[in-house]
Amino acid sequence: MAELGRAALVLSLGLSVYALVAGAVAAHRNLRRLSTSARNALFCSFASTLVAAAVLASALVRHDFSFAYVAEHTDRNLSTPYALSAFWGGQEGSLLLWLLVLTGFGSLAVFLNRRLLRDLTAWVVPVLGGIGTFFAFMLVAVSSPFGTQTAPLDGAGLVASLQNPYMVAHPPMLYLGYVGLSIPFAFAAGALLSGNTDERWIVATRRWTLVAWTFLGFGQLLGAHWAYVEVGWGGYYAWDPVENAALMPWLAATAFLHSVMIQERKGMLKVWNMVLVALAFELSILGTFLTRSGVVNSIHSFAKSPIGGWFLAFLVISSLFSVALILWRLPLLKAKTKLESALSREATFLYNNLLLVALCLTILWGVLFPIVTQLVKGEQRTIGRPYYDFFLRAFGLPLLFLMGIGPLIAWRKTSLRALARTLFWPIVVTIACGVALVFVGAGSSTPGIIAYSFSAFVLATIVLEFVRGTRATGSLFVLIGRNRRRYGGYIVHAAIVLLAIGIAGSSAYGANVEQRLTRGQSVTVDGYTLTNRGIIQRTTIRAKETRVLLDVRGPWKGQIQTGSNQFFNPPEPAQEVAIKTNWLRAEDLYVIADEVHPATGIVYVQILVKPLVNLIWIAGIVFLLGSGVALWPDAREQRRLVTRLAPARA
Amino acid sequence: MTAAAIVLGALLAVGVVVLVALPFLREPVVSDDRLDAPSEAEERRLELVEERDRTLAALKELEFDHRTGKIGDDDYRELLPPLRQAAARALRALEPDQEIAVTRRAGVEEVQPKH
Repeated sequence: MAELGRAALVLSLGLSVYALVAGAVAAHRNLRRLSTSARNALFCSFASTLVAAAVLASALVRHDFSFAYVAEHTDRNLSTPYALSAFWGGQEGSLLLWLLVLTGFGSLAVFLNRRLLRDLTAWVVPVLGGIGTFFAFMLVAVSSPFGTQTAPLDGAGLVASLQNPYMVAHPPMLYLGYVGLSIPFAFAAGALLSGNTDERWIVATRRWTLVAWTFLGFGQLLGAHWAYVEVGWGGYYAWDPVENAALMPWLAATAFLHSVMIQERKGMLKVWNMVLVALAFELSILGTFLTRSGVVNSIHSFAKSPIGGWFLAFLVISSLFSVALILWRLPLLKAKTKLESALSREATFLYNNLLLVALCLTILWGVLFPIVTQLVKGEQRTIGRPYYDFFLRAFGLPLLFLMGIGPLIAWRKTSLRALARTLFWPIVVTIACGVALVFVGAGSSTPGIIAYSFSAFVLATIVLEFVRGTRATGSLFVLIGRNRRRYGGYIVHAAIVLLAIGIAGSSAYGANVEQRLTRGQSVTVDGYTLTNRGIIQRTTIRAKETRVLLDVRGPWKGQIQTGSNQFFNPPEPAQEVAIKTNWLRAEDLYVIADEVHPATGIVYVQILVKPLVNLIWIAGIVFLLGSGVALWPDAREQRRLVTRLAPARA
Repeated sequence: MTAAAIVLGALLAVGVVVLVALPFLREPVVSDDRLDAPSEAEERRLELVEERDRTLAALKELEFDHRTGKIGDDDYRELLPPLRQAAARALRALEPDQEIAVTRRAGVEEVQPKH
């Protein structure tokens, strides 16, 4: 069946090339039938890639080790869900997933807009065809998942840390986000190529951007939770280059989601929006380049592979293409109006955009710094956590403040008197919260108390918005139903606040103690007393497990086990931490066994108490809820859109 | 390669070729093969429609912000007339007959008199 997979990929490459070339000729020369034919080629490239994906998935489930990829990433003992997750466990499978999602999303977006935006989709098809050509070429000529061999008796197995439920969902979520950003990029490029830079491309891709952004955001939270429970270092985000590679396009897309509202309402920031869409797309390609090339050291990096150079070339070409396109169409992107007041909703969106992009570029510099030093000084120098933490505070805290103040300011302009009136209650809540926090002893961390106070401010403004809006419309459901984007957005803001409280609480107020414990010896950390009750070892079919038994007394009573696993296939160790959530105190007791000596019974443990850390995971659920509200189809809006564009079809 | 794989591959290839060629198979000869891109007049209409939608949305926002206390009476009185005029201009340029109805739907108490 590997031949079928290979043939399907060759077919997909041919179809993508056809969509690119025929689509561009058709759009340029205004040829209807050729344009439809190119569009059909895009749809067919999805079908063909789906066949290739089905072949690989089937080989993984059947443990068909005649596929080199299956033998390298699975073994016979792997359960079906993990065998399937090996699809994205390796480089070749990841690339296939990229192409599958790209052609799938692209086909759906073009299909849904084929009638209303025919002139625009005529140019979108070759752009998507171009991106598809690159990925299909990589799969056919550089990194094929369909290499075959004489089947060995068993495979090498899946990396231990990937055998986790979060790893089944986290990578595909990120891919859906990364690849999803190709859709707004393709429509923006289509608008520039066709010269129709009106708002139709924005309307057509609004939901696609939101979907990609949601997947990317939620995917990162899943990854953070995986790192927390599986990697075993006590944290959830390490500012690793590959983690940053997912954060950067998300920040750029966040900026775009805000600034696009200014274009819709005021006809401003057209160039800026094009830049943000291109930036988000290029950063998603950069993310894949960093993950796969091995140019920077990362816990996520795979072995150095030949695809890095190809990705770099694609990144350079697509960036030059984007810049040239924007410069070429600059006269069409002139603003129709100007900012009326520095104290207006649109002005706060602008400030928020500047901060988001500044944060994004700061992180980009941190990611690229080792590469730059390698090129300039011949040795890699990395930027550590203090750099990122500093800029997260420098840009993140004002962003949090703006998130609170923005909704209270009217569009166009607001007088200071009106602003003072609307700000009264949120400020009262903020001061009360700050004073209360100092009284309960939270004043030990200045950034922590600022983050908490700003969070209280934002939550107060969100509640106020819902209360005033409900009063004005008479019903909460009517209020949300009439403006799902706005109120869905406020729910997402609430999620960001929970995230900020969780990060501030767990990083600024936590306890962290390292201790050597002999058998029977105890240690007390933040009210918890842990006693070493001995070490047990057992062997399962997959690993040799070593565990320290610890009795816990204090706010939580019971026994926990922490230690490590030595997996057999592939032969590698994995940390197994003990986490106990105390919902009453809103904190986690997190215990890592750094060293275990079964012969002597001596263990070296690291004990962490992490206040409010679970708010980060709850934020994920609230984030999904808010995105769901914003994404929920609005029949009235759809009718308005159809009416607006109807004569264009005739 | 198994027989099933060969059959599946052949079916896929034939299906793809047929689908890609379909526009030419359906219409081997056509009198007009041009893409129905918007004409200049249509583009102008789209621009006006966008302008109309933008100003009507701005009027609604202004009303809502005034009702929820985000905008004071003085600012409201200052901002309302230019927005109304812009909305009326866009409506008049599009379809004069719709001017009153659409402006009313937007929640504005008063409309510009028709000329």
